[in-house]
Amino acid sequence: MATGATKPFGLFRNMSAKIAAIPMIFAAMVVFFGGTIWTVVYSFTDSKLLPRTNWVGFEQYERLWGTNRWLISIENLMIYGVCSLFFSLVIGFLLAALLDQKIRFENTFRTIFLYPFALSFIVTGLIWQWLLNPEFGIQSIIRDLGWTSFAFDPLYNQDIVIYGVLVAGLWQGTGLIMVLMLAGLRGIDQDIWKASRVDGIPSWKTYLFIVIPMMRPVFITTLVIIASGIVKVFDLVVAQTSGGPGIASEVPAKFVYDTMFLRQNLGQGFAASTMMLLAVLIVIIPWAYLEFGGKKRG
Amino acid sequence: MVDATHFDGAHGPKPTRAFSRRNIFLYGTLIVVAFYYLIPLYVMVVTSLKGMPEIRMGNIFAPPVEITFEPWVKAWSEACTGLNCDGLSRGFWNSVRITVPSVLVSILIASVNGYALANWRFKGADVFFTILIFGAFIPYQVMLYPMVILLREMGIYGTLTGLVVVHTIFGMPILTLLFRNYFTSLPEELFKAARVDGAGFWGIYFQIMLPMSLPIFVVAMILQVTGIWNDFLFGVVYTKPDIYPMTVQLNNIVNSVQGVKEYNVNMAATILTGLVPLTIYFVSGRLFVRGIAAGAVKG
Repeated sequence: MATGATKPFGLFRNMSAKIAAIPMIFAAMVVFFGGTIWTVVYSFTDSKLLPRTNWVGFEQYERLWGTNRWLISIENLMIYGVCSLFFSLVIGFLLAALLDQKIRFENTFRTIFLYPFALSFIVTGLIWQWLLNPEFGIQSIIRDLGWTSFAFDPLYNQDIVIYGVLVAGLWQGTGLIMVLMLAGLRGIDQDIWKASRVDGIPSWKTYLFIVIPMMRPVFITTLVIIASGIVKVFDLVVAQTSGGPGIASEVPAKFVYDTMFLRQNLGQGFAASTMMLLAVLIVIIPWAYLEFGGKKRG
Repeated sequence: MVDATHFDGAHGPKPTRAFSRRNIFLYGTLIVVAFYYLIPLYVMVVTSLKGMPEIRMGNIFAPPVEITFEPWVKAWSEACTGLNCDGLSRGFWNSVRITVPSVLVSILIASVNGYALANWRFKGADVFFTILIFGAFIPYQVMLYPMVILLREMGIYGTLTGLVVVHTIFGMPILTLLFRNYFTSLPEELFKAARVDGAGFWGIYFQIMLPMSLPIFVVAMILQVTGIWNDFLFGVVYTKPDIYPMTVQLNNIVNSVQGVKEYNVNMAATILTGLVPLTIYFVSGRLFVRGIAAGAVKG
């Protein structure tokens, strides 16, 4: 851990460290802390084009939860979130487990699975917009193969559009989860495998009952990373569907952006972003408590 | 199911039989999955090399009958966003102008922060650091508008400098963590010896820490270049149309409602935008993985 530089050297010696840390202190206190508080406070005003301090209590929140667009955003985020969590973890772990079998060309496979992660959400969204184009894309290909009643046009169908976004999101993000899981698997003591082999336990059982429980910290960290990424989903939707058809694929992050910068309804935007913050805190605080609270006790 | 008898950890000798049932299952699955990941890239490239008539007639997986580079030329130098018809090249150069200073400034500042946190801890440092890390998880939407006000007060809202400041601030949590962890892992004796020799804060940083930490600087660079190049939200909020980064311009070109959709030009433009991070990814290989894993797992 850190060196005990604090005590041997006096206040003055450490001045340059403090001066050097000014940008960090500024970012932490003014932007992250101050900015967050500012937004929460101004969510209780009726700010429109410009922020103003005309307090209206919880009015913005009441309006927000009565807005159809917001409700759809939340519903989409739920569907996207649950599916994305589940599939990223399962696919990510399975791929990592497959790659961990001492295979040839491991690097090649890993490179292939991870490359979409290097691409931006805008690029990802546009690729999948094209692949899911009902006239030319996957749907038309399968119809041409003879299955004429086949229908998979998520980007033109309000009911399933969010799953179209999900497919693209998973394509982009599962590689990262795989890498994290692989790092976790490599951290498992090899003796565990030897022991379970001696005992004749099949490897799927070893994974399920020994390895996965041992990888709990990796799973939790991954979960937090995926979850905080889900709440931020914005560019993917903008590029792939622009929130459409209609408002069927709106998400909270896009709702906030549109409300604040396109519809000039700042108060609504602040209230919506405060709700997003709340959602993230619900995930983060228990995690931080487990992760860091536990360490201090230990 | 997978046969356990061959599994003795990742680095051992390879199994001897090449065509066991296990291997067929294993490689079969991996190859199928690899196809799923590669097909979108393939379709993009193929589409961008076809003419529009061919796209309207054929299927998206078919290789081009007649290869044409016209869509690429058009995407680069003629595609329209609004009234500007000078193509994606404008966005490309904007992104270069945004990315280079943002990467340099953010890494410089974050490395000094990390160094101060690792070797020169002062009272309260942990509090600031904790808030900073929390900041990485707070949805940007919460801080978007306060940042607008801040930039406006500083007189740099809508300018390139403003965007550099934004990238520096929002890149700080992950980079500071990266550098702090790295500097903490360096042998402490080194730092102490330098102190005994009378080196100060900046002396140690420039003469000892910096030369010893080149790998982590490369990792940070990879992380930042891809992150900033791929950014959309900050670009669209904090800049004006004439300095929009490539991602924003790409989205405007492809999703513009006017005119006939030219799918081949759109795909060429999409590839062009993805080319920079993809090149970095394929060239840097393991370092890229290290970059994303460093922040994630250690966090």
